[in-house]
This record gives sequence, C-alpha cells and structure tokens, in this order.
Amino acid sequence: MVRFENVGLRYDMGAEILKDLSFSIAPESFQFLTGPSGAGKTTLLRLMLLSLKPTRGLITLFGRDAATLDKDAVTGLRRRIGVVFQDFRLLDHLTTYENVALPLRVQGREEAGYRAEVVELLRWVGLGERMGAHPPVLSGGEKQRAAIARALIMRPELLLADEPTGNVDPPLARRLLRLFMELHRSGTAVVIATHDLALMDQFSHIRRLVLGDRRLTVYE
Amino acid sequence: MSEAAPEPAAVPRPRREVPLVPAASIAGRALVSVIAIMTFLAALAAGGALLVAGTSRDWQAAVSREATVQVRPMPGRDIDADVARAAEVARAAPGLAAVEPFDKGQAEKLLEPWLGTGLDLGDLPIPRLIVLRLAPGARLDGPALAAALAAALPDATLDDHAAWQGRLSAMADALVGIAGVVVLLVLTALGLAVAFATRGVMAGNREIIGVLHFVGAEDRFIAREFQRHFLRLGLQGAGLGGGLAALAFLVANLVTAHLAGGAGADEVEALFGTFALGPRGYGAIAAIALGTALATGWMSRAIVFRHLRGLG
Repeated sequence: MVRFENVGLRYDMGAEILKDLSFSIAPESFQFLTGPSGAGKTTLLRLMLLSLKPTRGLITLFGRDAATLDKDAVTGLRRRIGVVFQDFRLLDHLTTYENVALPLRVQGREEAGYRAEVVELLRWVGLGERMGAHPPVLSGGEKQRAAIARALIMRPELLLADEPTGNVDPPLARRLLRLFMELHRSGTAVVIATHDLALMDQFSHIRRLVLGDRRLTVYE
Repeated sequence: MSEAAPEPAAVPRPRREVPLVPAASIAGRALVSVIAIMTFLAALAAGGALLVAGTSRDWQAAVSREATVQVRPMPGRDIDADVARAAEVARAAPGLAAVEPFDKGQAEKLLEPWLGTGLDLGDLPIPRLIVLRLAPGARLDGPALAAALAAALPDATLDDHAAWQGRLSAMADALVGIAGVVVLLVLTALGLAVAFATRGVMAGNREIIGVLHFVGAEDRFIAREFQRHFLRLGLQGAGLGGGLAALAFLVANLVTAHLAGGAGADEVEALFGTFALGPRGYGAIAAIALGTALATGWMSRAIVFRHLRGLG
C-alpha cells in the first residue's frame, strides 16, 4: 500500500531532516508512528500524503511511483486516503454535517445521495446531536470526532491521523482509539502519529514506527 | 476537557449548498463597490454614446431631407426674378416634394438673432434662400441641379448640406469612439481590480484551499468554487451599478422633460436628445452589467486555476 525506500528530505540547502527511511504499510494493518516532538512525524505523514516531495529515495503509493504522478493522479490517490489533522482543519463557516460531507461534495455527488450515510457516520462518532453546529462552538473532542468522521466518510483504504488524541482527555482518547481499532477491523490500514506513550502502552502488541535522530526504526 | 452542552437532536434539513469560499468579507464588499462604480461609469459612457449617435442620426436624417438654393444679389440684376427663375429650375429637378422660396421679409427675419430687431435692412444686399424638401424615399441629384442652376443663373448656388453632414457625422463618430475607449478603459481597470481581489481572496482562504486539496478536490472544482464566489459578487456589483446608471438616465429624461423650453434645456436636448434611451439603450446597460459579472467570474476562475496548476 505504502512503500518508502531510502527516502530522505531536506529543505533548501539545509541538512536532511529525515534520512534513509525504508518501511512499508500493509493493507488492513495498524501502526503507531511515534517519536519525540519535532522528530518529523507530521512531515512523514505529509510525505505519505504526497503533499511534500522527497529529496531522494522512492515512495510508492498504492503500487504507483509517486515521482511519476501528475496532479490529477495525486488527487485520485488522495481520495483513497483519509487524513485527521492535529489542528482538525474544519471549515468554520460550514456545519459539522457539511464538514463531514465535504469529501463527497468535492466529488460532485448529490446531497440526497449521501445524506443518510453522513448522518449515520456522525451518529457513530457520537455527533448525532451536533450536526448543525459550526466548529467554533464545538469542544475540542467534538472537533476531533468531526475531523475523524470527515476522514472516514470516503471509506478510505488508508487512514493517517496526526496526534488524534492530543487535544482530548484520557477517557476520550481511549474511546477514539477504540474507534480507530474498529475501523481497522473493517479493513482500513491505519497510521496514528502520537507521542503519547501511556496510550501506546495500552496497545503494546501494535506495530510501532519510531522516529528518532532523523531515522525510522520499525518495531513489529 | 469538558464537552459543550449538546443541542437538541436534529437531522439537518436539506438546504442550498453553502459556498465553500465564505461569502461575506471586507474585501468582497469593497470589490462589489468597485464593480458597481465601474459598471455605472461604463454604462453611462455607453448610454451617452448611444444618445449622441441617435441624435446625430436624427439630425442627419432631417438635414438630408432638405437642401437650400442661395441667390446672391448682384448689381444690375432683379433678385426677385432670379429667385423665381431658380425656383422654376429647382421644380424641374426630380425627387423634390416642395420648393419654398423665402421672400425678402423672411430672409431678413433669419438675420434677427444676430442683428436684432427694429433695424432697416432694406439697403443691405441680403441673399435670398429657396428651401427644397425632398419627397419621401427620394434622393437629390445635387451635382445635376447645381449644374442646371449655374447654367440658368450666375448668382444661384446649391447647398445640399453635405459638408455640414460630414462634420456632424465626424463629431458624432468621435464622441462614440471616445465613449468606446472610456468603456474599454473602465473594463480594463475592472479586470485588474478583479485580478487583485482574486489573489487577495485566495491568500485569505489558503487554508480552505489546502483542506479541499486534502479531501480530494480537483483544481477544476476549487476554481469553480472561486468562480461562483466572484460571479455572485459580480452580479451584485454590476446589478447595482447598471441599475443606478439606468435610473440616472430615467431621472435625466424626466428632468429634461420637466425643463423643456428653458434656456439651457434646448442646448442639452440638441446634443443628447431627450435622454430617452429606449429599449436598445437599456438593453445595452443590461448587457454591460451581465457581461461585467460573467467576466468577473470567468477571470477569477482562470486566475485561480492557473495559480493552483502552478503549485504543482
């Protein structure tokens, strides 16, 4: 699904901030991406999302060499990936319902065709009562769940979540994590970037990709 | 972390799609004002050009229906006999509906606006005029009549007003041309304003563009959203500017009708007619407004699309 071979990244003429990254993400797998703050977790997620181009190395996404993709092809691949941003990135002038429906709307689908689907997902993430609310009046946890619902609405093959539990209290963090596990069981590959060791320790059997000293170590 | 109090459960009702580019912004309101002012000026220039062109056409049509024979007094000749002879020659020309010689009193009356009343003009050698009116649809063979008059009389000349018509036509064409240039300049300035505004709105909505990209929106989709946004602003501004211009012509028409017969009104009416644009004029204003709005939307789409493609 995702394959990195000797990938390195530097900005301008500076030193490499990520070097010799080699790993793969298998379909229907679940893994944590961890490391200290500033280690490059978000940067690595952006490389997987093809919003950054590596300075060297090979990135293969869904069997296609990322270096050969044109913009339309990148858009097509992004539609197979769900992303949960650390800062949510919900659009403040849209309601929770409209934010979650956004990935369907940008594909030109009619609202009547996806309405029931969006409502069902919002209820599943516990936002059934907040569909008409706008993000500025949502709590941090509600925003987080709305962002997760938006990432899931397209039933992505790969979910990338950047610190999805970073803005919520421990009980809600565990609840969100169970939500990701449920998603994983339904067949989606999940990558969760977090530096919350306590949370990861509750799931000690999960694969870990650990960033440190600009390199990546994989613990199966 | 505390959760906000839940609102009553409700499935949102289907509603019109909310624009992805937020509609209300200070820049948006400023652009509506700029578009309104530019459309107003362009519509005034175009409407004014149409009025001048229409009045010029009316003048030329009226003038071309008439010609004048001038009989100059010459020593040793009976001017009344020469006028009668010239009228006789003119009546023989084809296409004339009426030949009206002015007598001495009428000729002197023509000079009153310049010389005043109460003067004895009897000793002045005042030329005499014969007004020729053309039959409907007929054309005067000016050179033939001029030759016939020259052969019959040494002191009669024909003025078919061609030179005056030529100057009038040139003046009207120049005014219409200037109005056209003004419209072009205004629309060019509007285009530049829209280009700047588009870039400003894009900069202000960079985060929205980023989110749309991440959720799988194509550049075409994003550009279309911006086009909708600017088309909406364009329709508001152009509608306002075009409407005000139409209203200005209506009010001017009412005012000139009210002041008809006054000292200044005659000159204004002579140049612009009655400010009555007619369906064609108001249609032109509507076309300018609609064209402005469509061009605003199309231009912003092109700018956004090119910018997004440039992002690679």
